[in-house]
Amino acid sequence: MTDDDQALGDQRWQDAALAAACIAVGGHALGGVRVRSRAGPVRDEWLRALRALYPKDTPWRKVPVGCASARLLGGLDLAATLQGGALVAERGLLAEVHEGVALLAMAERTSAQVIGILCSVLDAGEVTVEREGVRAQYLCRPTLVALDEGVDDEALVETLRDRLAIEIVLDDIGIASVDDFPWSHVVIEDARSCFSSVIIEDQQVAALCRAADAFGLSSPRVSLLAARVARALAALDRRTSVEESDLEVALRLTVIPRATRLPQAPEAEATEEAQQDESPPEDTETNEAEEPEDRPAAAPGEAERLLEAAKAQLPEDLLAQLMAKSVRRGGAKSSGKSGAQQRHKLRGRPMGSVAGDPRRGGRMDVIGTLRAAAPWQRLRPSRAGRSGLAIQSDDFRIVRYRQRSQSVTIFVVDASGSSALYRLAEAKGAVELLLSESYVRRDEVALIAFRGSEAELLLPPTRSLVRAKRALSALPGGGGTPLASALQLTGEMVEQLERRGSTPSYVVFTDGRANVSRDGSKGREVAIEDAQQAARHLRLQSSVSGLVIDTSPRPHRTAEELASALGARYLPLPNADAEKLQMAIRRVAA
Amino acid sequence: MAKAFPFTAIVGQDEMKRSLLIAAVDPSIGGVLVFGDRGTGKSTAIRSLAALMPKVPMVDGCAFNIDPAQAQDCPCERCQSPTAQPKPRMAPIPVVDLPLGVTEDRVIGALDLQRALKDGEKAFEPGLLARAHRGFLYIDEVNLLEDHIVDSLLDVAASGENVVEREGMSVRHPARFVLVGSGNPEEGELRPQLLDRFGLSVEVRTPQAIADRVEIVQQRDAFERDPAAFAKRQQRKEGRIRSQLKAARENVDSVDVPMNVVERAAALCMELGTDGLRGELTLVRAMRANAALAGREAAGLADLKMLAPSVLRHRLRRDPLDESGSNARIERAMLAVLDD
Repeated sequence: MTDDDQALGDQRWQDAALAAACIAVGGHALGGVRVRSRAGPVRDEWLRALRALYPKDTPWRKVPVGCASARLLGGLDLAATLQGGALVAERGLLAEVHEGVALLAMAERTSAQVIGILCSVLDAGEVTVEREGVRAQYLCRPTLVALDEGVDDEALVETLRDRLAIEIVLDDIGIASVDDFPWSHVVIEDARSCFSSVIIEDQQVAALCRAADAFGLSSPRVSLLAARVARALAALDRRTSVEESDLEVALRLTVIPRATRLPQAPEAEATEEAQQDESPPEDTETNEAEEPEDRPAAAPGEAERLLEAAKAQLPEDLLAQLMAKSVRRGGAKSSGKSGAQQRHKLRGRPMGSVAGDPRRGGRMDVIGTLRAAAPWQRLRPSRAGRSGLAIQSDDFRIVRYRQRSQSVTIFVVDASGSSALYRLAEAKGAVELLLSESYVRRDEVALIAFRGSEAELLLPPTRSLVRAKRALSALPGGGGTPLASALQLTGEMVEQLERRGSTPSYVVFTDGRANVSRDGSKGREVAIEDAQQAARHLRLQSSVSGLVIDTSPRPHRTAEELASALGARYLPLPNADAEKLQMAIRRVAA
Repeated sequence: MAKAFPFTAIVGQDEMKRSLLIAAVDPSIGGVLVFGDRGTGKSTAIRSLAALMPKVPMVDGCAFNIDPAQAQDCPCERCQSPTAQPKPRMAPIPVVDLPLGVTEDRVIGALDLQRALKDGEKAFEPGLLARAHRGFLYIDEVNLLEDHIVDSLLDVAASGENVVEREGMSVRHPARFVLVGSGNPEEGELRPQLLDRFGLSVEVRTPQAIADRVEIVQQRDAFERDPAAFAKRQQRKEGRIRSQLKAARENVDSVDVPMNVVERAAALCMELGTDGLRGELTLVRAMRANAALAGREAAGLADLKMLAPSVLRHRLRRDPLDESGSNARIERAMLAVLDD
């Protein structure tokens, strides 16, 4: 490890320490922190040090991946209810973390349901339970620590990310940089008690808003959270007013990690603002007319100084990250829904009931349970002084549901030079047609494009047509034809989807003329051999149906051979008008 | 219960605020769908509605929010008691939150487990639909709602009556509510049947002017520092809206919509090719409610122009690939129909 690495690691660790102190001071008001890191000793140390900032009796709970919403919210404790003969509610995990810390393990894989519940808890500071005959409302003001282990396009869902004030990355910190935090829990507690009395000036708020805007963040929530982080920092320093250094650090912890663009040069910024100031949007006028409120315009000088300071703090790879993000567009939004299997327990048409434990997320079949218990009543010793049914846990019946499995059509589009030359536009048109077809059937679509040296996933399975359309129209053409890589990626995706319980099918648009082999080197012969091999592999791997659409100007042998290696249907585009295409896809997907 | 951020302190978002008030004036308009960016105060606005609601008479001790004049429709012991006359009491119009993770039995109502287990009695425990009767039912993240719950909601919303046949019970009670949903379109599309239930739809965007954002952050900051004092400062404004709402509810039926305005509304719907007559009907009702809110005796073309986007946006037959969006289409149609 070089000295530079060490210095960078030290700097990052200091930020991570500040982040920990901030959330310990601000608590629920800050929402929490997103920790991007693989599991490892550095993260463990950080968590240990964070815990030391809290008093010993602070609730500290882990929300495991795949946590059922029943466990999170609580509900009916069936066994206790039946045993006691009176309604017994079970406290959920959330009830236990009021004013404590909730660790969200593998945050990138959290199901949409759980994310929704966590968001509403962070917003409302209380939980409302309406489940299985139980009705409860209790305060719940936890601090959330989202442990995000996502790589590449797997990441915490935006809706939750938006509500967590701070983001830190622990990946580049060597264990040598790890140190104890310079605060004791007594200091933190002091700061905590004066947090609410820290004042942030209107001008400082305005400066933060402007800075957030310059980094392309338009959600007011980000600025609001940055203002609170600044207040927490001031409290940590035992001050009751926010200073400029607080704003700088708040910007570094809250705003910069989410930046979607780099600040523009000051001149451009100034003219843009001037325009905005000259033409206030009409819809605010009615509001102001009612009660004129003087809005303090931020002293532009302050905002600019802050931006300058922020720019100096920019991590070097930010631009590269931003570039990568804009190239990969939809990918970053993959929500890693892992709840598909679980959903089967709750969705679809009921199809009878089976023995099972309702606490695992299934739906209780009350009549079925009673019926199962009935024949045994005379054999079971009745407890003294209690009438009623004796029901044991193995009598429990849960309803089974049948869900039509989600079909997903994967479009694999050849955007290489040879294809682009002839018919990329036509292929795009065809894909669009098929997309609207999928939309009507409420199927999901995914989009893989290949050109240059490698195939890439443009769009993970989605039902959002707008996103699909956008990804497609942004697709440039040109470059080599890495067909093998595309087929490999398709294979991986098929496997993933089947594991999730969906029914995938794929449509490849190509002329079949591969010229980039799997390792990324050029050469037609090796490339075609690689593609053939990948195709055979895909065929062996699963029995999904596929379709190869030949986009070459005249039907060509290579594409046909590819289709036969894949065991897929073959359709040359020249003969395929739109309607024929649709028919073919329908047959494949059915 | 935590204090809600006051409705009157919400910066901008006039279309959303107006639509919510219109739905409160005339529930038959059929609910509001709020779709849009994160952090734009969707849930805040809807949760703050509760504080504005005027009071209406209800049967005292009845869990079904029944109007004393219609006590015969209620299945509860209180209303059906042959001896005691139902006693009226004044209560604010309910705003009921449908929490995430809700189970079906709590939505439509089910066997009262407590009483069944303890006393062996078969009694019906009313669900959220009963509590929302004559008021609002709010669904946050409406596109994350489980399908079977959507199904039961749709059925009840269409008939205005909740029929429960489960666990050996057979209960029916009136359940007419204004459905309010909010969500983020990136999370997925709504089923057309559900979309159809909403009278108005609103698209909210992040405020573009920095001054607005600054004000949002400041208001929020002030509110959190001292919710009680903040609410107090808004009290007068809220009171004004409350009485405005009350007056509008009383006067809405007498608001006149001139023939030429109705004709233009019909022409606009025709131009846009909306299905059925529901578009026109909702448009006229919304205009009437809007005029009543403003204290006017007649609705005019200005109301039509203001409300057409909210009423028609989600009714256009969608070309799923047309990215130009519903707003642009409505604007074009308005130019064609209204400005000649």
